[in-house]
Amino acid sequence: MATTATAVPRRWRLPYRLQVDRRLEAPRWLSPLVSLGAILVALLLGAVILEIVGGDAVAAYAHIGRAAFGNLGVFSDTLVKATPLILVGLACAVAFQMKLWNIGAEGQFFMGALGASVVVLAPIVPIEAPRWVTIPAMLVAGMAFGALWGAIPGLLKATLRVNEVITTLMLNYVAISLVNFFVFAVWSEGGFQMSPTFQRAAWLPRLADYASQVPLFRGLTTHLGLAFALVAAGVVWYILYRSLWGFEIRLVGDNPRAAHYAGVNIVRNTVLVMMLSGALAGLAGMSEISGVVHRLQTSISPGYGFTGIIIAWLAKLNPLVVAPVSVLFGGLILAGREIQPAGVPRLIQGIILFTLIASEVLLRYRVRLVRVDAEPA
Amino acid sequence: MCWAWAGGLPLAQAWMGKLMVEHPNAAIPAVDANLAVNQNAVEMRGIVKRFPGVLANDHVDFDLRPGEIHALLGENGAGKSTLMSVLAGLYKPEAGSILLHGQPVAFNSPRDAIAHGLGMIHQHFTLVQSQSVTENVLLGLATPRFWLRLPEHDRRVADLGQRFGLSVAPQAKIWQLSVGEQQRVEILKMLYRGVQILVMDEPTAVLAPHEIEGLFATLRSMVAEGKSIVFISHKLNEVMAIADRVTVLRQGRVTAAGVRANETTIPELARLMVGRTVLFDLQKRPQAPGEVVLTVDQVCAENNKGRPALRNFSVTVRAGEIVGVAGVAGNGQAELAEVITGLRRCTSGRLLVHGLEVTNSPPRALIEQGVAHVPEDRTHVGSAPNLTITDNVIMKQYRHAPLAQGWSLNYTTAQAAAETLKTEYQILAPSVKTPARFLSGGNLQRVILARELSVRPQLLIAVQPTRGLDVGAIEGVQRLLLAQREAGAAVLLISEELEEIFALSDRIVVIYEGEVAGEVTEHDPEAIGLMMTGGKRAYAAPAGEGG
Repeated sequence: MATTATAVPRRWRLPYRLQVDRRLEAPRWLSPLVSLGAILVALLLGAVILEIVGGDAVAAYAHIGRAAFGNLGVFSDTLVKATPLILVGLACAVAFQMKLWNIGAEGQFFMGALGASVVVLAPIVPIEAPRWVTIPAMLVAGMAFGALWGAIPGLLKATLRVNEVITTLMLNYVAISLVNFFVFAVWSEGGFQMSPTFQRAAWLPRLADYASQVPLFRGLTTHLGLAFALVAAGVVWYILYRSLWGFEIRLVGDNPRAAHYAGVNIVRNTVLVMMLSGALAGLAGMSEISGVVHRLQTSISPGYGFTGIIIAWLAKLNPLVVAPVSVLFGGLILAGREIQPAGVPRLIQGIILFTLIASEVLLRYRVRLVRVDAEPA
Repeated sequence: MCWAWAGGLPLAQAWMGKLMVEHPNAAIPAVDANLAVNQNAVEMRGIVKRFPGVLANDHVDFDLRPGEIHALLGENGAGKSTLMSVLAGLYKPEAGSILLHGQPVAFNSPRDAIAHGLGMIHQHFTLVQSQSVTENVLLGLATPRFWLRLPEHDRRVADLGQRFGLSVAPQAKIWQLSVGEQQRVEILKMLYRGVQILVMDEPTAVLAPHEIEGLFATLRSMVAEGKSIVFISHKLNEVMAIADRVTVLRQGRVTAAGVRANETTIPELARLMVGRTVLFDLQKRPQAPGEVVLTVDQVCAENNKGRPALRNFSVTVRAGEIVGVAGVAGNGQAELAEVITGLRRCTSGRLLVHGLEVTNSPPRALIEQGVAHVPEDRTHVGSAPNLTITDNVIMKQYRHAPLAQGWSLNYTTAQAAAETLKTEYQILAPSVKTPARFLSGGNLQRVILARELSVRPQLLIAVQPTRGLDVGAIEGVQRLLLAQREAGAAVLLISEELEEIFALSDRIVVIYEGEVAGEVTEHDPEAIGLMMTGGKRAYAAPAGEGG
């Protein structure tokens, strides 16, 4: 039966309209493509803002590129910045996979630094102990302190259903104050807000240390912590996507009631995942003081723990994507300081986060432009 | 008030009778289209609605006469809800036209449709839990503007409720109400807005049997006042009980347009719905039950609100036997299933599986004992929505070889196993990597059944295994349950569908207020009905309000 067009008079409209359809399945290549597109859009928006405030966007971006990735020396510095970011990014990603909102990576980072310092300054290992004893001891202590700081909210959440957002956030301040106490009251060097410098055996080896053998490494500050971070990324990826435990983590994260029904022990997993998350953040703290500052001091983190939250989301909680995202952010932090101490780089970070989250809609829906007059018969 | 609608009923019937005389032929030929325009409350012509990958409505015609209850029948995914959402202004059709009382309309939103006197009540209610009934009814209206003057509106809402037999306290908060009462609030919302044409999407799916009777009475009283109702359903007996005419949809097309309900039969409608003859008689072979597998001995348990839900409940299930638990919803069935599967603690009593004490064992221990569980809530308990079909079918077996290898999970094996189950259980999905949330109710149930039955369970606890499924899928699920029985599994079937219990069970235990009200082997609906209601009358009026 033929139908005539609707009799209702139409007001004038644009000849095109947006048609939004739900996607049943997104192709594999789409997700990275959309993320890349989002970053480009963010840089474009940043450029517009830079131009509006009277800056030279091209010059600014060129400078950021040069200052972060321009030569081996600055790229090495970028990697140094990226190292703690990878580890805290992993810490957040692993917890977020189970929908445990650990925003206490900052505190766990400080506890990791404290744990590593105790080994050196208490001292647990003697000053004359060789590097292969001191470093592993610091590593274990740092991870253990971080894990402990993660276990507290984990236990509270698992047994008493205390909201982990509140506890992890509050424990950040406790951890920072605890470190301050040790820095000022116990290990202060001449009243300054820093401990004495660690002995050389407690320093993570840097590439520059091997400049005598490999001249190319001269002046490169990249330290062994980067290797820890990359290994950790691999391990966390294996845990999440290939191990039995990871299956449980993802199952609980997606539907705790189904997980309980399938016989998964949610209490145990909550505590264990918070401990793993804390241990990774603790490792970041250890790597930072052992590889970069070589002493315990009050300002060891410019908010790594919070940047880690952003990184984990940008990486879509995929441990292998955390590393490249961290390098990007490491570069932004490093180069940003060169252009402006606070404004532009933060702004760009913020816009990137914004566009990436907004681009999520493209993964769930297909947006097309269709002609209005070509109505299907 | 009461006599008003009682008197209205014969009037409306006489009027409808007149209508029938004028148009004895239900299928209106094209020539008469202009004439029909003047009569029909709704006319939809050539409606086409596409979703990605599916043609939900393929040139569908539909008409609704004033003062009739018109059932829209079809399997899940046949396009019933889509068609009515198009009518109610929720979707825009790609083609086709809609006439309301002969006038062409194009609604931009449900609000627009309500302004034209056409409202739709969806399966999922849109009520504010923390507000009162009256507040929910007033929500979104232009008046009252500032001062709510709630008592005055409370009275109006109460009056309206009384007129249509919708007893619900106007001052009650939504969270205090049962699902049936919440539905009444949704209907009140529509009536308050002066809706003349009401579309109800599967209204009985959430109701207990006695509530369904109440709903039907309300619908009849609305029709008696000249309102027209579209009743979407896939339950054939309900359609026969309430509808004047029936339109059947199958795969987006009309297979029967406006057939008079009294001129058709249930098997005929089923055939039109499914596209083939449905066997309502399942062949159940007589079979001697084996040893006792499950013993529930004097078990007590509490519900989520800490009130006693099971009181000294006892039942045994033998191998190769299906024991049906019949009862009105909310009499402890959900708690019983949870206690047996370790999801809920029992406060006293004992639970034995194969003679082994498993009282208050964790769920995992019971899974290892060979206890399978088809839960009532497929989406919130039975599956993980964002994980793939593969992940969902290995959800209980991942700890064992060959899926588990040391600490690792072998995803290659898992995928192969999922592929096999997908074919074996006819799970319709693009691939085993499809997230579970994209599956229809029937397909999701197949995923759950594939997981639970493929491990050859010793004991199967099946709760409402066919709820919300369409006729074809129900038959498939019931056959699977019978196959388990023949394979020697002990099956505890908890269902509110008496027909299902009768068709499948060897013995029937009736549960009432958490107690065993009785056990029968004969299929005597009346005796069971009496036990289900504690020996009292089946249709007790909701507490408090008097008609």
